[in-house]
Amino acid sequence: MTRELRAARLSEPRIVRWTITCVALAFVALFLIVPLIAVFAEAFAKGLDGYRAAIVEPDAVAALELTLLAAGVAVPLNVLFGVAAGWAIGKFQFRGRHLLLTLIDLPFAVSPVISGLVFVLLFGRRGWLGPWMIDHGFQIVFAKPGIILATIFVSFPFVAREVIPIMEAVGTEEEEAARVLGAGGLQLFFRVTLPNIKWGLLYGVILANARAMGEFGAVSVVSGHIRGLTNTLPLHVEILYNEYNAQAAFAVASLLGCLAIVTLILKAIVETRVERSARAAAHAAIEVMPWESKSAV
Amino acid sequence: MNMRAQRRVLPGFGLTMGITVLYLSLIVLIPLATLPARTMTMSWAQFWETITDPRVVASYRLSLGASLAAASVNAVFGALVAWVLARYSFPGRRIVDALVDLPFALPTAVAGIVLTTLYAPTGWLGAPLAKYGISVAFTPLGITVALIFIGLPFVVRTLQPVIEDLDPEVEEAATSLGASRGGVLFRIILPNLFPAWLTGFALAFARAVGEYGSVVFISGNMPMRTEISPLLIVTKLEQYDYAGATAIAVVMLAISFVLLLAINGLQSWARRRVAP
Repeated sequence: MTRELRAARLSEPRIVRWTITCVALAFVALFLIVPLIAVFAEAFAKGLDGYRAAIVEPDAVAALELTLLAAGVAVPLNVLFGVAAGWAIGKFQFRGRHLLLTLIDLPFAVSPVISGLVFVLLFGRRGWLGPWMIDHGFQIVFAKPGIILATIFVSFPFVAREVIPIMEAVGTEEEEAARVLGAGGLQLFFRVTLPNIKWGLLYGVILANARAMGEFGAVSVVSGHIRGLTNTLPLHVEILYNEYNAQAAFAVASLLGCLAIVTLILKAIVETRVERSARAAAHAAIEVMPWESKSAV
Repeated sequence: MNMRAQRRVLPGFGLTMGITVLYLSLIVLIPLATLPARTMTMSWAQFWETITDPRVVASYRLSLGASLAAASVNAVFGALVAWVLARYSFPGRRIVDALVDLPFALPTAVAGIVLTTLYAPTGWLGAPLAKYGISVAFTPLGITVALIFIGLPFVVRTLQPVIEDLDPEVEEAATSLGASRGGVLFRIILPNLFPAWLTGFALAFARAVGEYGSVVFISGNMPMRTEISPLLIVTKLEQYDYAGATAIAVVMLAISFVLLLAINGLQSWARRRVAP
């Protein structure tokens, strides 16, 4: 109530407010809403039958399966890592802590193309380990393992950077109390720690999954574009588009568009939960680390 | 917070720390270390020749120029969007708020093909623009459009929480002391937002320099004209020129590193200036 009164007194004249809002919304419409609508409009350019044909085609199904496989491996591994890193970095003080935080963020600082390149340098036919591994029957680059590795790399920081600040903000009192009362390590984690971090963890999983399923640059470099074998959905979209089969490309792209919409909805729901639990934890009143924010993904 | 006491009470530090360091090394550090290591195998002359090849230099100029243009556009309009979302209420505000993250959620390849289709000479937006003689797709302007799309959430999401946290009492005090709304804006609000604004700009810029998926479709990829640096890396890799690809990658890493350092310096300067 007081806030609203204040806001009225402290705001710009109505005409200014109205103009700014219109300009901002026009920008959002032009750059975000029109492209999103266009994806679905182009996907149905040849009607429902054309759409269905593009989706059920064997190569598209194979691409969908590989995308699900890559995300299905990458996300759980990154969850394990994120929780372990959250416990070690969020609950303990040690030297080199800040360095570790910076290193965890590295995959965000690197161009997706470079993320793929490093795995080609390691495992490619002219890479370091590549010749030896290929001789022994392990094909990594231009095969599924390379796709999975690149996917793990690009989605690596998401869970950790959500979980670490929450672990830190919650503090250690509750765990210490449980410990003193005789709780074992696993009991401690599942009964005390997990309930505190679950929304942040879920938030990290949503972001990591979106990136894992949608990654293009890194996966493109390591895939070799073998149809039905090393194509993920985004790569399949590229191939169809470059073959001037735009309608099929957009039909497959619309699946990824749906993924994006679901991601945004889940994100908005979980975000309010994260904020609520952060406020509940705020009595621990440890200053939140500057890099912790839902921004800067 | 006594470190020893804490360690004695809570279990699992050794185990979780071990997992963290091992996984980080295997997935991130060792793979990234191959970049400088591979560069070492080149002679300096070879390295220099690769990274100063005119076609490569043209790609740096394009990547940096388009990224700068896109980050600047986002710095202006992203700030407006953040302001509107944080301060004003209007129908659909929550939906717009959620939509701002679309570029994070929508795979870059999808963004690439849809922007290309929209801005092609026959597209929804390209056709009217073509009437005025403006071509967007397959030009540096098109690359900038894709980079604006990719960078928008960085500016909005960095500024929005800072705008929300501005203490209204300061503005109130200034107003009651006779400051005009413009005075409050330029003397109080903007200086307080400046560090976050710069950070958002830097994040959008850094992301744009490395961006690949959304750009390759709309750029047309003509050597010397619309070929971005990440694409050159891919081209070299496809020709099995690992050394050439690595050399360009090292330069790109160095560019983003220098940029981030410079911006960090600027930011701490801004913070010192704002602090009383």
